[in-house]
Amino acid sequence: MAEPTIYEISSSGRTGFQFHKPDVPCAEIPAELKRDELPFPEVSEVDVIRHFTRLSQLNYAIDLGIYPLGSCTMKYNPRINEEMARLPGFAMTHPLQPLDTIQGNLALIYQLQEWLKEISGFAGVTLQPAAGAQGEFVGGLIMRAYHRSHNDLKRTKILVPDSAHGTNPATSSMSGFEVVNVPSDSRGNIDLEKLKAICDDCVAGLMLTNPNTLGLFEEHLQEVIDIIHQKGGLVYGDGANFNALLGVIKPGEVGFDIMHFNLHKTFSTPHGGGGPGSGPVAVSKKLVDFLPAPIVGIIEEGNDETPPLYGFITPETSIGRMKAFYGNFGILVRAFTYIAMHGATGLRKIAENAVLNANYLKMLLGNAYNIPYNRKCMHEFVAEGFWNDAPGIHALDVAKRMMDYGVHPPTNYFPLIVKEALMIEPTETESKQEIEHFAEILKTIAQEAHHSPDLLHTAPHHTPIGRLDEVKAAKDLVLCCWIPPEE
Amino acid sequence: MSTPKDLKFSETDEWIKVKGNSALIGITDFAQSQLSDIVYIEYELDVDDDFEKDETVATIESVKAAADIHAPVSGTILEINEALIDNPEHLNEDPYGSWLFKISIDDPSEVDALMDAETYDRFCEDRGN
Repeated sequence: MAEPTIYEISSSGRTGFQFHKPDVPCAEIPAELKRDELPFPEVSEVDVIRHFTRLSQLNYAIDLGIYPLGSCTMKYNPRINEEMARLPGFAMTHPLQPLDTIQGNLALIYQLQEWLKEISGFAGVTLQPAAGAQGEFVGGLIMRAYHRSHNDLKRTKILVPDSAHGTNPATSSMSGFEVVNVPSDSRGNIDLEKLKAICDDCVAGLMLTNPNTLGLFEEHLQEVIDIIHQKGGLVYGDGANFNALLGVIKPGEVGFDIMHFNLHKTFSTPHGGGGPGSGPVAVSKKLVDFLPAPIVGIIEEGNDETPPLYGFITPETSIGRMKAFYGNFGILVRAFTYIAMHGATGLRKIAENAVLNANYLKMLLGNAYNIPYNRKCMHEFVAEGFWNDAPGIHALDVAKRMMDYGVHPPTNYFPLIVKEALMIEPTETESKQEIEHFAEILKTIAQEAHHSPDLLHTAPHHTPIGRLDEVKAAKDLVLCCWIPPEE
Repeated sequence: MSTPKDLKFSETDEWIKVKGNSALIGITDFAQSQLSDIVYIEYELDVDDDFEKDETVATIESVKAAADIHAPVSGTILEINEALIDNPEHLNEDPYGSWLFKISIDDPSEVDALMDAETYDRFCEDRGN
């Protein structure tokens, strides 16, 4: 079925666009900037439309069915989010416009800051970070700035549990810290004794994902936080799994010092290739002055007749600017819409249904899959994609076979502490019927793994493209669709 | 694959083969099977660099995951097996024949403290292999 690249469709002399006759004087482009050969594809409008429509039909998306990627929270992106983000008053504004002409945009940013503070129980929020990992980086820099402001320069280490997302050690390292791994115990919690042994006054902080990537609530949350605080460290909350806690727990009130949100997970803005992402960061009162600049604040209070005047504020000891302009503004409009549409009780319902769906699915699977750390889960759970009596079957084979049944596979091979991991997060999006249908597929595949293993090894069979050669894909990178001729 | 009796093993799944004052270091069959197809190796150290036991000396990337390779003992790099850079799949095909580093050993007692083949096999079984 291979769809050709747009360069392969190209036909010399064909055009799909004509530039308007300019109504301003033309400038001559300097000769050294000109090239004789620049191989743009030459195609008509209908060529382009058909090419990309065909590609879109080969694709899988949340609009087609369940997308249970664990820890990714691939929930449905409501259409009203898109409608609001396309309002000309938002879509057509420019970040360099005078402040008095963008008061509506600033009011939205201000209100979203306030809502995220209320939802998380923190004192200050920045909406700047471009995605979760940049939010973590902001957190690392704030920890550093905080300890430095106390002239406490010996804190060189960040503790990261062995179940953490890879971004945690990466961003800690990028913020200039040494990463120390904290092992999990047999119930999937942080190993408290080991934590006590590792934690000393050289620890700048701990990065904690709760619920963790096993989908389990940290049972000793308060003890963990206390151990870190007693040694003078800060606790960073990775908000990747916040969908499980929305409206139920406020991390700021149980002792977290910093956390990031993934608006593209919890707050239903587009995810992955449909992004961009957005990773706001919230902090407790003692850290507010370190937030990246600028924050939107009220410059002049309003009254019954005049709305307040909004403007930009630079916190006193800000770590500086993290991103050009004011974050991914269009995404902020979508998250604002999502929160406004749900309200406080609606947000809590989201978490309740996400947790209910994951537990229902886990229950439906019965004994078809082994589930290590098997206790009541939160928004996701991790099963093993192998069986001792089905030799040669791996999680990857299970995942590929799922595509034959028209559903997206879960995250696999993560977290690393589970062998052949299948990490499944149905989200609150799916109905009871969808969850049951999905469970049936997984159970059928478990039977096939025992009776017809070849069906799994050679899967997928019913997709536009069969099993990809992952080794070749990783080693033989071809990153452009047009390969320049050799000179 | 049987575990060679003339090697010693670390808890982080590296092997070491001692020959006089020098030694070869590699990753075990268990390590390569857990990682699956290895596509990339990055050496963190150069010839003549000193390293401590447990220090990260290389990073290996497979289609599934990236893993740090730790020094099973302290020492100095004598030679790097550069052939693996272009053909990292050799680590999958022949884990005990594909060495990463040739090193000199600071303290032979660190080698004695490592596991022998029998102990290492049991160690792997206990981890549910």
